[in-house]
Amino acid sequence: MGVEKIKMPQLGESVTEGTISTWLVQVGDKVNKYDPIAEVMTDKVNAEVPSSYTGVIKELVAQEGDTIAVGELMCYMEVEGSGSTEDTAEQVKEEPAKADPVAEEKSAPVTKNEKQSESAENDKPMKKRFSPAVMRLAQENDIDLEQVEGTGKGGRITRKDVEQVIAGGSTKDKQPQEPAQEAAPQTSQPSPSQSAPAPVNVKTEVGDKEIPVTGVRKAIAQNMVKSKTEIPHAWMMVEVDVTGLVEYRNTMKDKFKAEEGYSLTFFAFFVKAVAQALKEYPQLNSTWAGDKIIQRKAINLNIAVAKEDQLFVPVIKDADDKSIKGIAKDITDLAMKARNGKLTSADMEGGTFTVNNTGSFGSVQSMGVINHPQAAILQVESIVKKPVIKDGMFAARDMVNLCLSLDHRVLDGLVAGNFLARVKEILENVTKDNTPIY
Amino acid sequence: MPVISYIQAVTQALREEMQRDEKVFVLGEDVGKRGGVFRATDGLYDEFGGDRVLDTPLAESAIAGVGIGAAMYGMRPVAEMQFADFIMPAVNQIISEAAKIRYRSNNDWSCPITIRAPYGGGVHGALYHSQSVEAVFASQPGLKIVMPSTPYDVKGLLKAAVRDPDPVLFFEHKRAYRLIKGEVPEDDYTLPIGKADVKRDGSDITVITYGLAVHFALQAAEKLAEDGIDAHILDLRTVYPLDKDAIIEAASKTGKVLLVSEDNKEGGIISEVSAVISENCLFDLDAPVQRLAGPDVPAMPYSPTMEKYFMINPDKVEKAMRELAEF
Repeated sequence: MGVEKIKMPQLGESVTEGTISTWLVQVGDKVNKYDPIAEVMTDKVNAEVPSSYTGVIKELVAQEGDTIAVGELMCYMEVEGSGSTEDTAEQVKEEPAKADPVAEEKSAPVTKNEKQSESAENDKPMKKRFSPAVMRLAQENDIDLEQVEGTGKGGRITRKDVEQVIAGGSTKDKQPQEPAQEAAPQTSQPSPSQSAPAPVNVKTEVGDKEIPVTGVRKAIAQNMVKSKTEIPHAWMMVEVDVTGLVEYRNTMKDKFKAEEGYSLTFFAFFVKAVAQALKEYPQLNSTWAGDKIIQRKAINLNIAVAKEDQLFVPVIKDADDKSIKGIAKDITDLAMKARNGKLTSADMEGGTFTVNNTGSFGSVQSMGVINHPQAAILQVESIVKKPVIKDGMFAARDMVNLCLSLDHRVLDGLVAGNFLARVKEILENVTKDNTPIY
Repeated sequence: MPVISYIQAVTQALREEMQRDEKVFVLGEDVGKRGGVFRATDGLYDEFGGDRVLDTPLAESAIAGVGIGAAMYGMRPVAEMQFADFIMPAVNQIISEAAKIRYRSNNDWSCPITIRAPYGGGVHGALYHSQSVEAVFASQPGLKIVMPSTPYDVKGLLKAAVRDPDPVLFFEHKRAYRLIKGEVPEDDYTLPIGKADVKRDGSDITVITYGLAVHFALQAAEKLAEDGIDAHILDLRTVYPLDKDAIIEAASKTGKVLLVSEDNKEGGIISEVSAVISENCLFDLDAPVQRLAGPDVPAMPYSPTMEKYFMINPDKVEKAMRELAEF
């Protein structure tokens, strides 16, 4: 009998670390070789870590929610000789009940918050990356690197910078100016609500089905909690008359489908209008970063794609560059990829604003949860034929509600209202003449 | 001091060594009456006769084998491989015999042979006339590999190779033959094998390279100097065994190191240089050690655009140097 270490395995070629989402075993549990012992989430896949040995779990070193590097210690196992397979067999029977191995999700988790927050700090990403030479010189000469101006890439302090400080005899007389930025919520430190969701004590009745929260479901839950607890949401809705748009699209759709091989959806028009309006109101295309607000130049629109119990928000890159046809094509591609589990991390990265097609479920009004760390989300509801007063008379018009949730730290009612009014204006004036598909 | 070309320096060194020592003789394909396909042995046949300038059959294994035998018997042969690409049939002779005989015989025997071969691309020579083969031999203790960059170094190092008591592979860049000219003293001198040479002194970035790429780096350095970037350039000259002290000194000087080779990237000479630096210079490094080299594809392509893609050139070197300087 000896103690063996179980280490974080390599889960894919480019994966360097994984987050333990769930321990499937407890200290004292008997485990067979190849039995799953933990669920691990990486930015590429959610997977189960199989046991490398048959034995008894001795100590869980890593906690749920911990992110650990490939090859680092996860837990200790007491390993028995090969003769003990019989009595473990009994144990195995209980195993499935405890944790039904959930099918591996090959697709990326819901959002790419980690990535986005990284780029939020892109201003001076290298400021605090010190090369060995810089560290050595700073220590030998007792130099406070906070006070040294970096001339390298991304504000990096180069060896020459330090050598110049040494030659000059003193650091620049600058008051500490940047340390505050550390406090921004963008740090990858998981917030308390995120790391360990405390099991809520709920009474179960006979016949109730327990579904373990794992993988993508868990990531969705964490992101939603993060968004709702961190972002003060405010809400606004406008009603838009899209009769012209509906007519226009209906005259085009059959020909378009025949020529292009995919559908010309209403949603493409909405996405296009949002991209256009965002260009005029970049305040909505931004991110809260603690002591500053970062307005994004690129207009990369997340669209929500649902698949059974999963929700993905892939990105239409540079939507402002694209025609309605181009956007329709992206939507088709991304939805197809999501349904086939083929989304790559590249498809999920870089979103700056989210447009959600809630109308596809028949919804006419909803309050979206902002896709953290963006500043707003727009829900496009169902287009409904309604009697409305037009020119003093009743008329049957195609109406749609646009619901906007906004981060009230970043945005106020005025700018959000102006933005919605602009989207409304664009959509109400869609005609064959002013809105080319191509 | 007269200015002569790289290949004239080869001829001059051979002539002077043959005049100095009767045991020195030349053998290879077309080296005699023809004076070599590149004319490296031009005039030697007329001056020293067929007994000391041997035209051989097209059998590289035999050229190396005859040379090795003669060397072990006390002669000083200089064998020519018409192209470095053709050295492959002779690899067994070189690695199994020449490299090991001193060690195997406990110093009873030695093998003072010099094997010359033109290597390198950029001459539209395609697969069999463009390769760099140094890495094949660069893990064989007992061998020395010299790859000079200037006519001055060619003459001094080739003479040193001929006089060296052990086998030396002497690789000459065929594009440098007539492209590179420089001042070469007419008198007798040798340069130490195993010593690198600082070709340009600078304080911002270090480029370590060898062969024709030295000139690419020097050209790029002049351009960078206009922007206030001061490059330090170390010419390895001997690529096996490496001059570790010079590498460590050059790398430590600036902490930013670019290694350049026209050979395939993986497993080349510069990979070993990189290892020397990482073993010794961690606390002086200010940037990751960078390598600029040919892609890991089997050979230099024939098509001009593809050859250009494969081959390093001053622009590529300049770009890499600039990126490193900005890091």
